[in-house]
Amino acid sequence: MEASAPPVAGGRSTLGRSPLSRLPDQILQVGLTVLAAGILVLLAYFFIRLIGESTDALSKFGLSFVFGNDWDVSRLTFHGAPLVFGTIVTSVIALIIGVPIAVATALFLTELCPRRARGPLSMLVDLLAAVPSVVYGLWGVFVLIPRLLPAEKWVASTFSFIPFIGGPVSGPNYFIAGLILAIMILPIVSAISREVIATVPPEHKEAALALGATRWEMIRMSVLPYARPGITGGAMLGLGRAIGETIAVVLVIGDAPVIGHSIFSQGYSLAAVIANEFGEAAATPIHSSALFAAGLVLFVLTLIVNIFARWFVARGLRNQRGTGGTGVSVAAKPAGDAT
Amino acid sequence: MSEISQAAIPPISGRRRRTDNTMRGLLLVATLVALVPLVLIIYYLLYKGLSSWSSSFFTTDPNGEFFGNPGGVRSAILGTLEIVALATLISVPIGIGVALYLTEYGKQSWFANLVRYFIDVMTGVPSIVFGLFIYIVLVLGKVGGTGFAGWKGSVALALLMLPIVTRSSEVVLLLVPGSLREAALALGAPRWRVVTRIVLPTARTGLVTGSLLAIARGMGETAPLLFTTAGAFAVTANLNQQMNALPLQIYNDILSPRAVVVSRAWGAALTLVALVLILNLVARAVSRRSSMA
Repeated sequence: MEASAPPVAGGRSTLGRSPLSRLPDQILQVGLTVLAAGILVLLAYFFIRLIGESTDALSKFGLSFVFGNDWDVSRLTFHGAPLVFGTIVTSVIALIIGVPIAVATALFLTELCPRRARGPLSMLVDLLAAVPSVVYGLWGVFVLIPRLLPAEKWVASTFSFIPFIGGPVSGPNYFIAGLILAIMILPIVSAISREVIATVPPEHKEAALALGATRWEMIRMSVLPYARPGITGGAMLGLGRAIGETIAVVLVIGDAPVIGHSIFSQGYSLAAVIANEFGEAAATPIHSSALFAAGLVLFVLTLIVNIFARWFVARGLRNQRGTGGTGVSVAAKPAGDAT
Repeated sequence: MSEISQAAIPPISGRRRRTDNTMRGLLLVATLVALVPLVLIIYYLLYKGLSSWSSSFFTTDPNGEFFGNPGGVRSAILGTLEIVALATLISVPIGIGVALYLTEYGKQSWFANLVRYFIDVMTGVPSIVFGLFIYIVLVLGKVGGTGFAGWKGSVALALLMLPIVTRSSEVVLLLVPGSLREAALALGAPRWRVVTRIVLPTARTGLVTGSLLAIARGMGETAPLLFTTAGAFAVTANLNQQMNALPLQIYNDILSPRAVVVSRAWGAALTLVALVLILNLVARAVSRRSSMA
């Protein structure tokens, strides 16, 4: 049998599948590729349209849209420094409160917790992410704000010598918003920290223990240094969430377009202003354009934070997983957050 | 044994032992602190929400009147179900399709990695920005009739759910053993049959889990609906009209000065959280039963 079947393109397919029967294959491949490409095109299109709608406000106010301190709807003056300030202050408060607790929770669950309790406890922490943000807002408005007011007043008068603490306390304020954001970012920071901590090689931990380290010394000397980049990335993903959170913040920040004097002052944030002034702005082109511009600033801000965060998380997981493992677990986590 | 080891290893100094105990205690306390908000929220939801639950709460629509009975949340529940159902119909097939492209065709090519990267970026985009996108393109553009409509809210939610579906689907599709695909191909099955008859059925439970989690996420979103669906009072099956939804109802009720309306917000919040939690628990149950994930 020297004269085998005539060589076909590709050199196999001696079964000689007809072009017609290969058609579904090609349709599937092309279709799925087009679908994937479509997502990218769609994102780009949205981005361009958002820029287009914001140009009116951005060209009128220029850089002072971000740095100028004067947001006054009645005079149609939109200098958004109070919004940017509020977004940054509330996010920083959220990180200061949320990240240590989230990392401590992750350490406890992975290193100290009895094996039996680990699953249920992790699930409970993850469930925090399942609570919709409007429910956090509801709880903040009717429980947190009235209940915490006396404590805030006490802190403000007792520690008034610390900058940004003293002064009058208003019900809705930066601190309440930051506290709610801290609760909202806790599950994602904790989940990513848990995952990164789980990749610490057991040899490192055993070596520390064998040298006579206590549990805490083992955590401090072999777990934390190894997991630091990943934990940083997780914290930054949390930061991205905090910056973009809208509904919970708009309900508890006070919605006053001023730069507050202390963390117990009323304020505003980029996301909150869009949700709150959106209805009245529809009639005034420059106002809605200003809100679109606020959305654009918000989008770019979260984009930058997320890009850095992905990079850190990828670095934290690379040692263990090879390439392409990042983000997967983040998106696949049960009870992804509800913003 | 223990005598020998005790003799060989000098005891840990008191200071180190105290530090160890303190830090262990702190980590435990932090974990308990992390659980406090969950307990408090569930407590208040039950305490304030259950009392507003009644048969009329689920069978009447909000009426928007300033005095008297404010009505229930029927249209909100039905609206949420309709909007989320359409969002699921859009995001799940596309999301799984993109995941199939990534695992079966794109693999580690530069284009597949680019898609992967932007899907990741999408998970970080604030939901309000998706709302703005759809508002600009569909509402300002007056696509399919003027102004706000339920289906535009579905599209906004679908954008939000898409990356969750894709990422979780990609994980489970990668778990399908390559040997299964090779066996099918070796038996002469064309590629599309391998995908539809081997890969998808094998990964089915994982795909369902991911989709359920995405649905749970979309169900609780308020901000995107604010700009696209805008809210209404009456029940409507027409997705091309303004619609009510549970998150919108809660948001509007919080802003009301009337105690009855605020109490309806608690009841609606309890309903919403119950729906989301049930979806989460079902998703967990499904994934536990599956042999792979």
